[in-house]
Amino acid sequence: MIKLENVCKDFGDLKVLKDITLEIADHEIYGIIGQSGAGKSTLLRCINGLEEYQSGHIYVDDVEVSAKDTKQLHLLQKKMGMIFQNFNLLERLDVYDNVALPMKFWGINTHTPEAQAKIKELISLVGLQDKMHVRPKELSGGQKQRVAIARALVLDPQILLCDEATSALDPAITREILALLQEINRNLGITIIVVTHQMEVVKQICEKVAFIKEGRVLAIGKPEELFIRPTRDIKAFLHEDSELLPDNGLNIQLFFTDESSDEPVISQMARKLDIDFSISWAKLEDFRSNVYGSLVITINEEDKDKVLDYLDSVNVLWEVLD
Amino acid sequence: MMDIILNASRQTLYMVFWSTLFSVILGFIPAIILTLTAPDGLRPNKIVYETLSLLVNIFRSFPFIILLVIIIPFTRLVAGKAIGTRAAIVPLTVSAIPYIARIFETSLRETDPGVIEAARSFGASDLQILFRVYIKESIPRMLNGVILLIISLVGYSAMAGTVGGGGIGDLAIRYGYQQYKTEYLLVCSIILIVFVQLVQMLGNYLYKRLS
Repeated sequence: MIKLENVCKDFGDLKVLKDITLEIADHEIYGIIGQSGAGKSTLLRCINGLEEYQSGHIYVDDVEVSAKDTKQLHLLQKKMGMIFQNFNLLERLDVYDNVALPMKFWGINTHTPEAQAKIKELISLVGLQDKMHVRPKELSGGQKQRVAIARALVLDPQILLCDEATSALDPAITREILALLQEINRNLGITIIVVTHQMEVVKQICEKVAFIKEGRVLAIGKPEELFIRPTRDIKAFLHEDSELLPDNGLNIQLFFTDESSDEPVISQMARKLDIDFSISWAKLEDFRSNVYGSLVITINEEDKDKVLDYLDSVNVLWEVLD
Repeated sequence: MMDIILNASRQTLYMVFWSTLFSVILGFIPAIILTLTAPDGLRPNKIVYETLSLLVNIFRSFPFIILLVIIIPFTRLVAGKAIGTRAAIVPLTVSAIPYIARIFETSLRETDPGVIEAARSFGASDLQILFRVYIKESIPRMLNGVILLIISLVGYSAMAGTVGGGGIGDLAIRYGYQQYKTEYLLVCSIILIVFVQLVQMLGNYLYKRLS
């Protein structure tokens, strides 16, 4: 488990992280989302000790991440693999040697049959078995990130840190890489922390997400909760603050964030209450292959109580919009 | 004529070879210190970096012909005498050290900072990053620098003729220019052109192979 308690960090006068507190459970895929410059990459670098922080505490499995004890920090870094936006592979090493490199840093003999088997196995895991001895410059962006993933796994980490890992990739390749990360999380039980500004990434793989703005955590929750019923800040981030709604009648927004999205709530309501209303706005989104959504209906004022009672009775979250 | 030219070629090769070898070895050390202590280095240290950088600049701004003369006492100390082909290696090396130090520093510092960060994230020590990342990734660029150095040392070695260094350039001046023997001038120039071409071609080939 990773625990951050009141972490503050500044670069001189610039406060980058302001009182960050959050907890990441084992085997979770945790998203940290926010705009560029929100401090999310710095936060990730504090977690594996690439950056120091001024106050607060960061614990990884109850061991504090601190530059004071360099030996301990190195051991912690071994537990955490990291991948980057620009892949950061060594240009002069082929795929095999890039993957083997972290082992060399740890003085592990890479010529033993076990080590060789492990490196090859990881390269196969990321689907590059036929590119074993190819240099990075001959690979596509997606393939380079696959090499980086294999490299990040070679020291058997418990945690994989992803810093904007798909930001340089096109949407189709992004989906492939995310699917690979999900597979790794499932099959190897590795905790994955994903820092991104891409909503798509969070929606596709994250089980939990922290929304960060100007160095502060504004919200933590399941992505479907945060983004189907967004706060004003999150709306601004998603660029969906202006919805055109009718002026006459009462607008009610319904949120489908659990099984209720499978039920034909709307048509049942019309039939049971015997009223008419119009559907003014709707949004359906896919979160980790589950569909969640939100809907705005416009009803007559006099039906208000009836409708709200009904919605409560079927456990649908609602909000009356002005 | 053949004998004289062959002998001069041998002297040029001798001077260029040894001064390249010594300056690459000796220039490597300040290059590493500069890289480590640079503002973006692994151990930033403003005082060390600025001082060494200034020293390198001072030595680089000496015109070679002047350096040649003022370090004569030092040359005598190292080579045992101040005149001759072997003695000429000393000023050539001294002038080449700051040059190659700067070229190596630039090559090393061109290493992608992302790659260095990746290495740090895997728990690599500074020494490991220096050897396995900085130097390893910079070898083709450093090789290009050595090629540049060899070519300019060929030029400088002609000036070393003034302290009795001999060599092709010296021959071209003494026989070709001062004694109006145009054929010497011509042959010497052709030899130099061919030599520089060959070195550059070898350099390009190795660069391609290594990068």
